[in-house]
Amino acid sequence: MHQVIELEGVAKRYDSAGAPALGPLTLSVAKGEALAVTGPSGSGKSTLLGLVAGLDKPTDGAVIVAGRRIDQLSEHALAKFRREHIGMAFQFFNLLDDLTVTDNIQLPAQLTGTSRRKAEARAYELMETLGIQKHARAYPGRLSGGERQRVAVARALVNRPALLLADEPTGALDTASGHDVRNLLMDLHRAGQTIVLVTHDLALAEACASRTIHLVDGHLALDTYAQAVR
Amino acid sequence: MSLFGTGALGRVVRSGVGRRRVQTVVIAVATMMAVASAVVAGSLMVAAAAPFDNAFKKQQGSHITAQFDPARASAAQLAKTGKLSGVAASAGPYPSTSVRPVDRAGFQLPALTLVGRSAPDGAVDRVELKSGRWARKPGEIVLAASFEGPAIGIGATLKASDAEGAPALSIVGFAVSASKTADSWATPAQVDALVSEGHPVASQMLYRFDSASTKQQIIADRKKLAASVGSGALLGTQSWLDTKRAADQGAAATVPFVMAFGALGIVMSVIIVSSVISGAVGTSLRRIGILKAIGFTPREVVRAYMAQALIPAGAGIALGVVLGNLLAVPLLSDTESVYGGVPLSVAWWVDVTVPAAALAVVGVAALIPALRAGRLRTVEAIAVGRAPRTGRGQWAHRAMGLLPLPRPVTYGLATPFTHPVRTLAMLLAVAFGTVAATFAVGLTSSLTAIGTSQDPESRAAVTVTTTKLNNVAPPPPPPVGGSVASPSPVSGSVASTSEPKIADPAKVRAAVTSQAGTGSYYGKTQTEVAVTGISGSVQASLYEGDSRSGSYEMISGHWITGTRQVVVPTRFLEKTSTKIGDTVRVTYEKETANLQIVGESFDTSSSELEIHADMANFASAEPSAFLVEVKSGVSADEYAQKVAAVIQPLGGDATTNTPSGQEGVILIMSAMAVLLTLMLVSVAGLGVLNSVVLDTRERIHDLGVCKAIGMSPRQTMSLVLASVTAIGVIGGLIGVPAGYALHRLVMPVMGRAVGTSLPSPVLDVYEPVQLLLLGLGGVVIAVLGALIPAGWAARARTATALRTE
Repeated sequence: MHQVIELEGVAKRYDSAGAPALGPLTLSVAKGEALAVTGPSGSGKSTLLGLVAGLDKPTDGAVIVAGRRIDQLSEHALAKFRREHIGMAFQFFNLLDDLTVTDNIQLPAQLTGTSRRKAEARAYELMETLGIQKHARAYPGRLSGGERQRVAVARALVNRPALLLADEPTGALDTASGHDVRNLLMDLHRAGQTIVLVTHDLALAEACASRTIHLVDGHLALDTYAQAVR
Repeated sequence: MSLFGTGALGRVVRSGVGRRRVQTVVIAVATMMAVASAVVAGSLMVAAAAPFDNAFKKQQGSHITAQFDPARASAAQLAKTGKLSGVAASAGPYPSTSVRPVDRAGFQLPALTLVGRSAPDGAVDRVELKSGRWARKPGEIVLAASFEGPAIGIGATLKASDAEGAPALSIVGFAVSASKTADSWATPAQVDALVSEGHPVASQMLYRFDSASTKQQIIADRKKLAASVGSGALLGTQSWLDTKRAADQGAAATVPFVMAFGALGIVMSVIIVSSVISGAVGTSLRRIGILKAIGFTPREVVRAYMAQALIPAGAGIALGVVLGNLLAVPLLSDTESVYGGVPLSVAWWVDVTVPAAALAVVGVAALIPALRAGRLRTVEAIAVGRAPRTGRGQWAHRAMGLLPLPRPVTYGLATPFTHPVRTLAMLLAVAFGTVAATFAVGLTSSLTAIGTSQDPESRAAVTVTTTKLNNVAPPPPPPVGGSVASPSPVSGSVASTSEPKIADPAKVRAAVTSQAGTGSYYGKTQTEVAVTGISGSVQASLYEGDSRSGSYEMISGHWITGTRQVVVPTRFLEKTSTKIGDTVRVTYEKETANLQIVGESFDTSSSELEIHADMANFASAEPSAFLVEVKSGVSADEYAQKVAAVIQPLGGDATTNTPSGQEGVILIMSAMAVLLTLMLVSVAGLGVLNSVVLDTRERIHDLGVCKAIGMSPRQTMSLVLASVTAIGVIGGLIGVPAGYALHRLVMPVMGRAVGTSLPSPVLDVYEPVQLLLLGLGGVVIAVLGALIPAGWAARARTATALRTE
């Protein structure tokens, strides 16, 4: 099976004298897999996500995403890699308040050099899929939490990334909006999108993920895939 | 204990100052530069406004400098004149004579008034030693500081005259008398010794009067002096009003220039300091909310944020005063060497007023946002950075997004609309910086044009004279505050007191004509003529042949093209109430000609009314020099040597001309322009830097988001730089025309101050390409100011930026 993520002995230390915040960890995620990463605060979930997204670099080990070792890339190459292969959805949406919903969604496409017309067409396609087309000209500040997270997901998917990273996507939402987002992620998974979902919400993990890993103090405490194999 | 205590408030202030290091440094540096600019500009304004008055006051200058005949008025009689009613103070009598010393190279100095004084101080005219010491014994001389130069320095020896056995005088010092009571000083015994050798003698008395501020009062005072001694005893007097007028004429030229720069500097300082401080407080709202949430009262919050602005600003102000003084002193020193006078140190009240004003500006600038912070509801303050922003600038993002440019660029272009006030401050900073640069470029170009137009003779490659060049005196000392003619064998007087041999002009002309390599030439002589309607003589330059290559710049009309024409300076037209087209009657020796004024020359080279006419108007006039242009490929040096070999035996000489150097006042003004411009442009750049730092800090989370979704460091940099580019363009578009207009406003005022209009080459100095480049200068200021924060934004780690609130 084609691996989208391969971590080989990856460790991250923020303090050279202290214990690692993560790892050493060896892990792979296959194409089309939806991996939920759970664990208490400080367990290394966000560190893991940052390493996979290329936002941070490991102290040890190799991070390979979409077949490319990204821990050795320059900042410029990482940015290019990220916009082409990785989509990210954040707990607090991280939408740009100055831009309309459409502009937010098409921004990553425009960063790759895609023409405005093509980027806009792709944005409308995603808005229709995610049910937010009526907010195309609205600004994020006027949308509900759930709608904003849909916009964030649409933005993450605009470049058809190999990997979607979602960091606590329902963490800032009310129950109804959280439910909406959960359904959206389930739909994406069913459509074959590879997803890494960091969450405290075990119900969300169970509903959306085909596999769950549980981190404790930076170490892998549980991997449902490994359990299933055994 | 600090003003803000060692408790919680003091800790908050210290941590605020320490944590926001970039902002703290920007506040300090921007304030420092602004204050330094203001100190330099202010001190120059003060110095330029009244250098003579300052010097005259400090030296207890002489209102009337009187020369008495010692044979008709004894020392005792003269001493009594100091007791006359209305005389506030007097000094003298000092023995006084006139000498024409010769230096080691054989150059004869102009006639100098030598006064015998045992010390430089006294009740009146406290002569100030600029270097060296006062003369203590015979054989020593102190010269006016304006004579100091490479060939005439301390330790050099002069002969009292060119006569055989004339006593040697060792230069022991250089001094300045604001009242211009003498050109040189020696011991009274030395002056007496020179007198015994046949030099004329007079007794000099110096007076200060209770009332001497008007010409009428001076005339009345002079009458009293004349009446107090016997008839014919008072040989002559010199009024301080005449000396002041000459000094102020030069000083006045710099006033509009310094005023323009001073005003620019002060306005920019206020804008930059205000925007820096208010921005610093404005970006700390969330922290303010937290402070209030944990129990700080509104008043404590106001104090804390006032302090965070005032501490770095206070340090910047202190450093700015020091820097301003360090920068101003050399400029003032240069100014002083031109004006002559007392040391022009930075006026104490400038050092007090500027920092006080800066502190007030900083205080007000900080108080307004600090009060806003104090009034802010805690919950609103805490929400800053968390709640979505709405409203401002969204239309701009929509509009810019439609431009066919890379998305990071269009995103950056829309950014300024998010903070209109901050953008306006940035725009003003760039515009003022561009105004300063445009004005300075125009000013230095104009000054260069003035400099080159003042010595038309130096345009000729070779000067051939009818007299020996070593008989020609070196340039006279520069007149107070004014310009000085460059050394020129033509304009210089024949200095030797013995009858010099003068070559026959016809033979010299023939030598020039027959010399291979002669391209073109014209003859010239300088002489004195009488002009009906003007009392006294008038300096005239008479030309033989085609003199266009040696013509002055014309303010209006044209250069002489033949006989019956005359070109005159502006002052001549004013003094005679004539205009171009009018006819004046000119008498040279015994010949009179009616000449039509055909042109107004641009001539600030002397205070005299020099007119220019064709030599053929006066049959008896003969050229004293020929200004030669050699043929292409001919060495001017070799040409001069060959001609000299022919005409030296006849009594003439030939030498090559070197372009005259720029005059002191022009060099000083150019240096001031460059320095002030650099400072103002730096302040403008700092203003931009500060605004972009604030913007980048505020937007760092958004930038983190952009980076997380794939914006590369280069794209991030282009986003930040694009955010100031439009400001740079608009600033340039505003600044260049404004600078151009300022130049057009100030230059004529400067010209009028020295009694002349300005010709087109002095006013129309801007080339279209130059204006375009100056316009781009606005972009350069903006981009350079934004470069550091742009680099910082590009390098910022995405994960860190995303965590930033």
